[in-house]
Amino acid sequence: MSTGTTKLDVVVSDVVPVNDLVTRFHFRRRDGDLLPTFSGGAHVVVEMRDGQRTRLNPYSLMGSPLDTREYTISVRRDDVGRGGSLFMHRNVRPGLEMVISYPVNLFSLDLRAKKHLMLAGGIGITPFMAQTAQLAGEGGNFELHYTCRTASLGTYADVLRERYDRRIRLYHDDREERIDLDRLLSTQPLGTHLYVCGPAGMIGWVRDRAAALGWPAETVHFEHFAAPQPGLPFDVTLAVSGKTIRVGEQQSLLEAIEAAGVDPPYLCRGGVCGQCETNVISYDGKFIHNDHWLSEEDHRSGCKIMPCVSRFEGKSLVLER
Amino acid sequence: MAAKSIISRPVYGTLSPQPGKHHLFVADAEGALAISDMAAGAPAGFFGDAHIIFIPGHDGKHVATLEALRPARLYQGHTFASALPRLKQTLANAHMGLRVYLSGTEGLIGQAMQAALEAGIDHTSIQTEHRGSLARRMQCVHCKGITENVTTQPATCVHCGLLLLVRDHYSRRIAAFQGVCINAEDRSEIPPIEEAFP
Repeated sequence: MSTGTTKLDVVVSDVVPVNDLVTRFHFRRRDGDLLPTFSGGAHVVVEMRDGQRTRLNPYSLMGSPLDTREYTISVRRDDVGRGGSLFMHRNVRPGLEMVISYPVNLFSLDLRAKKHLMLAGGIGITPFMAQTAQLAGEGGNFELHYTCRTASLGTYADVLRERYDRRIRLYHDDREERIDLDRLLSTQPLGTHLYVCGPAGMIGWVRDRAAALGWPAETVHFEHFAAPQPGLPFDVTLAVSGKTIRVGEQQSLLEAIEAAGVDPPYLCRGGVCGQCETNVISYDGKFIHNDHWLSEEDHRSGCKIMPCVSRFEGKSLVLER
Repeated sequence: MAAKSIISRPVYGTLSPQPGKHHLFVADAEGALAISDMAAGAPAGFFGDAHIIFIPGHDGKHVATLEALRPARLYQGHTFASALPRLKQTLANAHMGLRVYLSGTEGLIGQAMQAALEAGIDHTSIQTEHRGSLARRMQCVHCKGITENVTTQPATCVHCGLLLLVRDHYSRRIAAFQGVCINAEDRSEIPPIEEAFP
């Protein structure tokens, strides 16, 4: 169960290869109605029926929020990932009926901002496709700095340049182009909000520099695209539902709980939103907390876990759920 | 320090040095002491990037205290109103990395915060510390007039003359507490007037 959301029955209306790594998917409602309204930065969780296994991956909506006849997402193929993106690339074809969640926005624009400064790395460009479309429609003040490995992997860079011209600044790794971050951050007018989406290293770098240069935390927004980390298999007992289950190497604890027929709440599946927070009843071993939600103190206490990204190593673990 | 009564009633903290490239202080009267207390724990050279807008008040005290901090700029205003254009100009030309610190009376903190909010700064990122008088800036909900330095409960609106109950209900947008007529049913009924905000 994705908390507070019902699901949408959709049909894949188009599949468009964008470059060597990225493919775009278009969804329309099976009943032909308009899709729910969303705001720039929102994601949907796409359900993939892969044989016996159901994969659930979140993807940012990249179409304009002003057009809800269809939703579009872009999926970067990860050949060494857990298989969700490969499933999308290999198995999803136009005409396929799929189920997706209602949109949820954990990376929304703060519309009180005088200016929006956006930093994207690689496939982290997708939420900005929708945000720039939303802001352009409202006459909003924005500037997007986009780093990519090579020009050919600069997903939608050409589209963005065409649409917004000088508001888009591109940086190519293979040409040794780097963002002069300190200068960029220090020359923004008061009232600017900063948005960053990309690899974890980039997000960490930008957040650290912004904090050091005096940007209040309220003005710095970021979105992680963190897949659950694999690890050693472990057993877990669910006290309320009375089940004992095994969490596989490549499986997240949340996925194992779902596979056992329990329907826990979730939203982001990436350790940031807090929806799947679960109480630990007892344990003998050590937690591998990979989330950004719980405090250091929560992590040390051994009383809570975020099953979407966190793992466990040890003899026994009993969760409330 | 003001106790939290209802949700809109501002609660103030203690100034502490924030990471940033520039630091803007706005203070009146004993608010200067909040700045000098903070300076004791500030990193070396902190005031080299600081601009202080100070309204000393009629007794002119505490100016020397602030001068001793050797801020990059120290401006003395006669009243908040006379300092406001300078504050607005400073905010309009500022870049991200400017941190704002407000100390002194509630009227000063509220009005300086109002200017900062208009410039796009989130109120949660502004450092505040209450010092000195508890006098309130009050808006009459009936005629909308603002009465400065209200110290009694109830208080008379200087614009329309109604006797007002000074509520804890605060408007950040207009930087004032709300005053509501206390004897609307029978204007001849005058409750005892007490010094409530010395």
